[in-house]
Amino acid sequence: MNIHEFQAKQLFRDYQIPVPESVVANSASSALAAAQTLAGDSWAIKAQVHAGGRGKVGGVKIAKTLDDAEAMATQMLGQSLVTKQTGTAGLPINLVLVEKTYPIKREFYLSLLVERQTERLCFIASAAGGMDIEDVAADSPEKMMSVPIHPAAGLQPYQCRQVAFALGLQGEQIKSLQRLMTGMLQLFLDKDASQIEINPLVEVESGELFALDAKINFDDNALALHQDIVALRDTTQEDAKENTAKQFDLNYITLEGNIGCMVNGAGLAMATMDLVKLKGGTPANFLDVGGGTTIEKVTEAFKLIVSDKKVKAVLVNIFGGIVQCDVIARGILGALEQIQLDLPVIVRLEGTHAEEGRALLDNVAPNIIAADNLDAAAEQAVALAGGAV
Amino acid sequence: MSILIDQHTKVICQGFTGKQGSFHAQHALDYGTKLLAGVTPGRGGSEHLGLPVFNTVQQAYAATQADASVIYVPPFFAADAILEAVDAGIKLIVCITEGIPVLHMLRVKAAMTGSDALLIGPNCPGIITPNACKIGIMPGSIHFPGSIGIVSRSGTLTYEAVHQTTQQGLGQSTCVGIGGDPIHGMNFIDVISRLQADEQTQGIIMVGEIGGSEEEEAAAYIQAHVTKPVVAYITGLTAPAGKRMGHAGAIVTGGKGTAEGKVTALQAAGVEVVSSPSMMGVAMQELLVSRKV
Repeated sequence: MNIHEFQAKQLFRDYQIPVPESVVANSASSALAAAQTLAGDSWAIKAQVHAGGRGKVGGVKIAKTLDDAEAMATQMLGQSLVTKQTGTAGLPINLVLVEKTYPIKREFYLSLLVERQTERLCFIASAAGGMDIEDVAADSPEKMMSVPIHPAAGLQPYQCRQVAFALGLQGEQIKSLQRLMTGMLQLFLDKDASQIEINPLVEVESGELFALDAKINFDDNALALHQDIVALRDTTQEDAKENTAKQFDLNYITLEGNIGCMVNGAGLAMATMDLVKLKGGTPANFLDVGGGTTIEKVTEAFKLIVSDKKVKAVLVNIFGGIVQCDVIARGILGALEQIQLDLPVIVRLEGTHAEEGRALLDNVAPNIIAADNLDAAAEQAVALAGGAV
Repeated sequence: MSILIDQHTKVICQGFTGKQGSFHAQHALDYGTKLLAGVTPGRGGSEHLGLPVFNTVQQAYAATQADASVIYVPPFFAADAILEAVDAGIKLIVCITEGIPVLHMLRVKAAMTGSDALLIGPNCPGIITPNACKIGIMPGSIHFPGSIGIVSRSGTLTYEAVHQTTQQGLGQSTCVGIGGDPIHGMNFIDVISRLQADEQTQGIIMVGEIGGSEEEEAAAYIQAHVTKPVVAYITGLTAPAGKRMGHAGAIVTGGKGTAEGKVTALQAAGVEVVSSPSMMGVAMQELLVSRKV
């Protein structure tokens, strides 16, 4: 789960991670009031959306006057922001963060994440902050430093000093960075984060360090342990269909193509998308109906798939294991009774009770087509959807 | 022979009396698995599915000398269950549970350092040696004893590989689902090295997916150490970056863990990488034939 920058910064404050003074606003007048409260002579007006890359597309602006602050907030609020991390529809800007500005000397990068290879929490730091860190990692990996945390020993002062000296910090700044890193680790552990990213971490003229931006992702598997984090959810920033799917315990991800996919198992669901692509089509979604599926879940899955108006054909790919194919077939028939469906539905059933399942779907309706095998099913779906988008 | 489990493997079940545990334990018994006891705290002394129930794994181990334990407890209690099995002296721990927080698994893995217990999973279908021992949730009926070892991060794709090798008349030596979580127990290399050493195994099918670097590490290992034919299938070529594709571990982040990178690494190591999941069995059959000529 993602949260907004202003929410992440509040958590930072709770953990003694220094952030600039800021006030969140949901209207131009409250943005103006925020700038007045913060005082100073310029303010950053920052669109609050669940995506990075805001700066490059006008989602972060510097206001030199109070009038500017109000005008910029007016301009942003109610609009959608399209960044390279959002889809083409972008994400709605319902809030802006009005933030005090500081004369910046240097920008750094600092993040904390789970490193799979070493099975450790790991700080990633770089003196090349403020830019796209993926580009830095690709072009000049020597500028990235990685500090793994031993699960029993925890974060050691020497590790913080290593990072501080690599970033060229000195004196009091070294202690500040140690406090900051200690806070980040504690926040990560307390709230089951999956990533905390500060890009940039800045050194201002006074020598102080501030987290100028703040991004926190949380481990979905642990959310039930953290109702305070769940309360921060902003569903306006999430895909409506993906949220509907969650209510029915379905794993659904919206994609750009025109072939709806209904599959059991995450691996097979991904494989089905790949196969559609291999045969020259494009998948409209990833959908795993799960192992213990029921007629109700299959019905909801169908409704979800066809609610996407781009969908021109539906490909059902089931390998019956513990779930029996005839149960799936009955689920499909149940769904067809509830929803008017004219699209072609290509069904591939294999595994436990596959023949019984196929027999149930035989001659039900002309648009329900049983396929002999996986390749044929994908080819047929692509042909009936009219090829690639 | 097979790897890790055979007809003599003694198994206990943690979370035995729950809905999942009961259902799959019954299937394991029907398959012929030597399931000897179950563990449910507070239910010790009772009987379930005709087997004794113990309060602790320690008690169950003392009574059965079990070689393996299978875990069907809810996600927030699974880390505790794994470590209880380790502590009791169980040598093979198979955790089926999906949805365990990553930080829990980091602690489990750290606590297992220095232990000789092996962990399979979590978030996996389990392990099976056909007609000998089934530990997990896979449908027993599609398996057939034979010569192909299968290792996979995905449940249903394992079943595809099993089904296809059965259809080809090859059958399976042992199939291991290593699970879809980012932090987990045995990895590709742990399984592939055992399959390479196993006499019964003539060929290896590995099923990987986006996320992490275990396929790339396996490619390097295969190039250096594996003489048996290997067929691989990698999913997630069309998965959008930054999105978790069902499995917690199936995610491309920061341009790392892409399907393309894994396919390239495996091909460079001489592995036959198939582009369609329906080709795994056929490709293995062809590879075995061509190697014999």
